[in-house]
Amino acid sequence: MEIPSSWYLFLLPEISLTILLFAIQVYSRMLPNDRQRNVGLMTAWGAFIILMITLGLWWYADIPNANAPLEESLIWGGMLRNDMITLVFRVIFLTALMTTCLVSLDTPWLQKIEYFALLITATMGFSLMAASSDLIMLYIGLEMASISSYILAGFYKADDRSAEAGMKYFVYGAFATAVMLFGMSYIYGIFGSTNIYILGLIVQNPTLQSSMTAAGFSFQDFTAVNLVAVVMIVVGFGFKISAVPFHWWAPDTYEGAPTAFTAFVSTASKAAGFAIFLRVFTAGVFGAPTSVTANQEPWWALLVVICIITMTLGNLSAIFQKNIKRMLAYSSVAQAGYALIGLIIFTQAGYGASMFYLLMYAFTNIAAFGVIIIVSNVSQSDQMEDLYGLNRRSPYLALVMMVALLSLGGIPPTAGFLGKFFLFKAAVDAGYWWLALIGILNAFVALYYYLTVIKYMYLYRSDAEAIEIPVSRAAIMGLGITTLVVIILGVYAGPAYEWTLQAAASFMTLAGG
Amino acid sequence: MIPLSWYLIVAALLFCIGGYGVFARRNAVAILMGVELMLNAVNINLVAFWRYSVLLNPNPNMPFFTITSGWAWAIFVLTVAAAEAAVGLALIISVYRRRDSVIAEELDLLKN
Repeated sequence: MEIPSSWYLFLLPEISLTILLFAIQVYSRMLPNDRQRNVGLMTAWGAFIILMITLGLWWYADIPNANAPLEESLIWGGMLRNDMITLVFRVIFLTALMTTCLVSLDTPWLQKIEYFALLITATMGFSLMAASSDLIMLYIGLEMASISSYILAGFYKADDRSAEAGMKYFVYGAFATAVMLFGMSYIYGIFGSTNIYILGLIVQNPTLQSSMTAAGFSFQDFTAVNLVAVVMIVVGFGFKISAVPFHWWAPDTYEGAPTAFTAFVSTASKAAGFAIFLRVFTAGVFGAPTSVTANQEPWWALLVVICIITMTLGNLSAIFQKNIKRMLAYSSVAQAGYALIGLIIFTQAGYGASMFYLLMYAFTNIAAFGVIIIVSNVSQSDQMEDLYGLNRRSPYLALVMMVALLSLGGIPPTAGFLGKFFLFKAAVDAGYWWLALIGILNAFVALYYYLTVIKYMYLYRSDAEAIEIPVSRAAIMGLGITTLVVIILGVYAGPAYEWTLQAAASFMTLAGG
Repeated sequence: MIPLSWYLIVAALLFCIGGYGVFARRNAVAILMGVELMLNAVNINLVAFWRYSVLLNPNPNMPFFTITSGWAWAIFVLTVAAAEAAVGLALIISVYRRRDSVIAEELDLLKN
């Protein structure tokens, strides 16, 4: 069989990441031990170049093509889907990789080849997850990302808390993946396919012949099993996006893991979880994702409940945290709840707003964690007290942190405001004003603890004010890029939002309809 | 021929035993073993479904190669489970070196 060159071109970002993976290993061997930091710089540059390749392919070669019909866009035997959704998520993952590398260059014990190599393999896993249109590919991409992430969470072996974070992440992660797989095996058994678009087609047209109907069963015989399978799949996806009640791992892992990895996992991993969630959901594997029929289904009610308690519980738990990383962990649980609003309202605007939210959240959160990395490199802890009087010690760091926190809280002129605005507007337009209302009330609760941190930075005094906080050029680049993008997306979000909306159109094209 | 439901019952039982192991055992290695049992249950399910429904009644609407996807998936699950076990045991060893314990409840440095 002749393989079209566009299939290879579509995979060019992943192929380039593989090349980068080998290149940094060679480079690392050539460098003396005390200059391994350059490996991180090279990874950041490589991620930037691959980001440019990805965007260039889209701009000049029309890969992925936004208007290709579904049959043409399913490539590599239906394993991957060549569409704009992949592009948006790749941009999120590659920028997250680049900025994470930049902000991790200030931590001496992270300057190891293994750390950067695992970040790259995790990014490859994330991209394959976002591109996958087959449950097998989805599973392999997910495991590729997860296994790298488990090691990264426990990377700082000399620290008790990092080792513990890695093990907790692994135990919860392996359990959630096994539950998800068991659900998927039932879906495979009932509908006889692993491709999510063929599955969606069969689920929505019960008259179509599948293996089970050919064997003399009808789909009505499997309603209960199907529901159990959907719930099990939601457990796995809910773990990836750290939705309540599958979020227990998040605060522990975020607190114990190296802060740079926390920044990465809270943005890229969450976005990848949303990518597969959106894909499986909109392909109609759970049931037709249209507001006409689906909002009477039990699984939809389940998703709404998860969305609401994720927002509420995340925000309420964040208020009482004394550890800044733990607070941001609960805040990231709540942010997953906001992004879920876009998923469950069945409109293109909702899906687009959700993707825009994840895009801006990646920049915002990496900026916030970047400041924490730099401050805790000096203080050797990550309690709230470290941030007291930050404005007097380092006004620029305080400014970056303030922009990031305002964006997380949703205050203009930052990207967070528009992200929330698009989401809530999509919800109101789709008729789910009560979801938007709960979201807005939650945003007010969230403001309380974000503003408290700003108060600590600007109004409180600390004994450590005389101690200088050194910031490297790479970290300035990383924080500068993220802060700039947060502000640019906040005042001029039009093109980016249009872009994600255009990508969301691919969610609306279902197999055969 | 043994009916399909027998395999599904074995798989469901195995899954429940594995899940019970994850929640009830305190030793991290035993928890890992529970997860492995759950993954084996998945494999039994996949192969049984493939043999009894997809292979006996191939769907004419689908491309020919999709007929192998059930057992191909099972092989991937096996492979990935091996990699996962390797990483998991390494993480458990790294905890053991620091704390001289692999009991899940004793790992309580990180909490609210």
